[in-house]
Amino acid sequence: MTALHEMTLSGLKAGLDAGEFTSVEIVSALLGRIESLDPQLNAFITVLGEAALADAARADEARARGDAGPLCGLPIVHKDIFCMRDVRTTCGSRMLENFVSPYDATVVERLAGAGAVVLGKTNMDEFAMGSSNETSWFGPVKNPWDPACSPGGSSGGSAAAVAARLAPAATATDTGGSIRQPAALTGTVGIKPTYGRVSRYGMIAFASSLDQAGVITRTAEDSARLLGVMAGFDERDSTSIDHPVPDYVGELDVALDGLRIGIVRQHFDAGLDASCAQAVRDALAELEKRGAVLTEVDLPNLDYCVPTYYVVAPAECSSNLSRFDGVRFGYRAKDPEDLLDLYCRSRGEGFGAEVKRRIMTGTYVLSAGYYDAYYLQAQKVRQLISEDFRRAFADVDLIAGPTTPTPAFRLGDKTDDPITMYLNDIYTIGANLAGLPALSAPCGMVDGLPVGLHLVGPHWSEGRLLAATHQYQQDTAWHEAAPEAFR
Amino acid sequence: MSLDNEQVQHIALLARLRLADDELGETVEKLSRIVDFVDQLAAAPTDDVVPMAHPLNAVQRLRPDAVTEPDDRDHLQQNAAAVSDGLYLVPKVIE
Repeated sequence: MTALHEMTLSGLKAGLDAGEFTSVEIVSALLGRIESLDPQLNAFITVLGEAALADAARADEARARGDAGPLCGLPIVHKDIFCMRDVRTTCGSRMLENFVSPYDATVVERLAGAGAVVLGKTNMDEFAMGSSNETSWFGPVKNPWDPACSPGGSSGGSAAAVAARLAPAATATDTGGSIRQPAALTGTVGIKPTYGRVSRYGMIAFASSLDQAGVITRTAEDSARLLGVMAGFDERDSTSIDHPVPDYVGELDVALDGLRIGIVRQHFDAGLDASCAQAVRDALAELEKRGAVLTEVDLPNLDYCVPTYYVVAPAECSSNLSRFDGVRFGYRAKDPEDLLDLYCRSRGEGFGAEVKRRIMTGTYVLSAGYYDAYYLQAQKVRQLISEDFRRAFADVDLIAGPTTPTPAFRLGDKTDDPITMYLNDIYTIGANLAGLPALSAPCGMVDGLPVGLHLVGPHWSEGRLLAATHQYQQDTAWHEAAPEAFR
Repeated sequence: MSLDNEQVQHIALLARLRLADDELGETVEKLSRIVDFVDQLAAAPTDDVVPMAHPLNAVQRLRPDAVTEPDDRDHLQQNAAAVSDGLYLVPKVIE
């Protein structure tokens, strides 16, 4: 039999349904792997050993009673940005190092309600601000494919845990590429749904008009399984949209015949590593073989995506993170002289350098005299970028290209220059600015490191993205490759 | 450098952030680079473009003005550094 850690969520579900093993056996096996292997990766901030085993035992009892939910007894991990009642929720920050959440995020609640068992909370860039996991207060995560490399970020812990077979599935969040970029750099599947598709309630906010929750798994089928449970209207999130949730698993078998896939010429310009470009072209040829029709589309304002993002996201972050004041929760500086000193030192000591830079960038672009030139202008350019996508989707069903310009880069390589780090998200940020669903799937290897294929669709086309990826995964085996040290 | 020490100290105060002495130089340098980078937005053709308010043009949903949450103060205050009689304690504001 395949080892339990090698199995996908869907494989585990089939085994549980057939009585081949129990949830307690799965959870014990994975907790053992986490204990022995995670010290090499630092993918976890908190491991929920006893609680996970107790949940697994309850799941096994529920199954025996004939009361199994759609994810009954299946192991998952949560990015440490999701509040989990009575569990420490740090968001990768010293600010929340000792924060014990008094409530559950809707995502946490829905997955638990479906029977999923949570093994732990995963490491991440501080407040999800970073593309390499190096801004975490709890130290960087290492890439299972090469420990000298970054797994990407901000959901680096979730991606590394799934790639290293420490868990078959993880929740994650994406503001500018934080699900898809780490998925690409670790050879996993990561989907960021349409803005408003999954509730943001209890998901610690970074940039509220861009943040969206999604998942990282090894197959499109597993992503479909989780997303079907997580998606849907939530009255506790005022930006949640009431739109029907289709049967994502049921739609996976939709054939690619006649699917119109747009290729953006600029995606293959000088900035893209030549070997990555080849891997992506090979993947496109594979999709064509399955019946997809490739056509060229133009996104004329593509080059403005990153600068637009680095005005809008910091502006929203400066506002969202004003709640951390050292008074109601979070880090508090010792022996403050007065209230102003309490605020300034609690925030100055509680936040790391990148978070402070983003708060200050946001404060600057929103301040008197600069608002029109930066923030308002960025919101106008954001409209142009969205219109580019709207025009493109009049002619094609999906847009495909690379997820990142290069495979995983070395830890420490991009920490000196924020702009170099920011440009890593050049292909992914557009989907956030326009609120579109997007997915990264493994499509090749370059020098032993995975390459990601990026798919973007019109609003609410998650099912189409997952089906196209599922069809691709029927003919290819990139998603089955495992890093040698973690087989 | 597009920003100087004094400007960055002012922004830090607006943002209620105390920068340590050894943080200031690097912050000025990196913030300047970020500002220079986003300056390219000025060249975008945005005459007559309506600024985007929401990715799906949705409007803010409203709900009846009714109490929906139970009182959970004691539980919520367990994360505070200093509380007394249900109140948050901070340094004295008025002499």
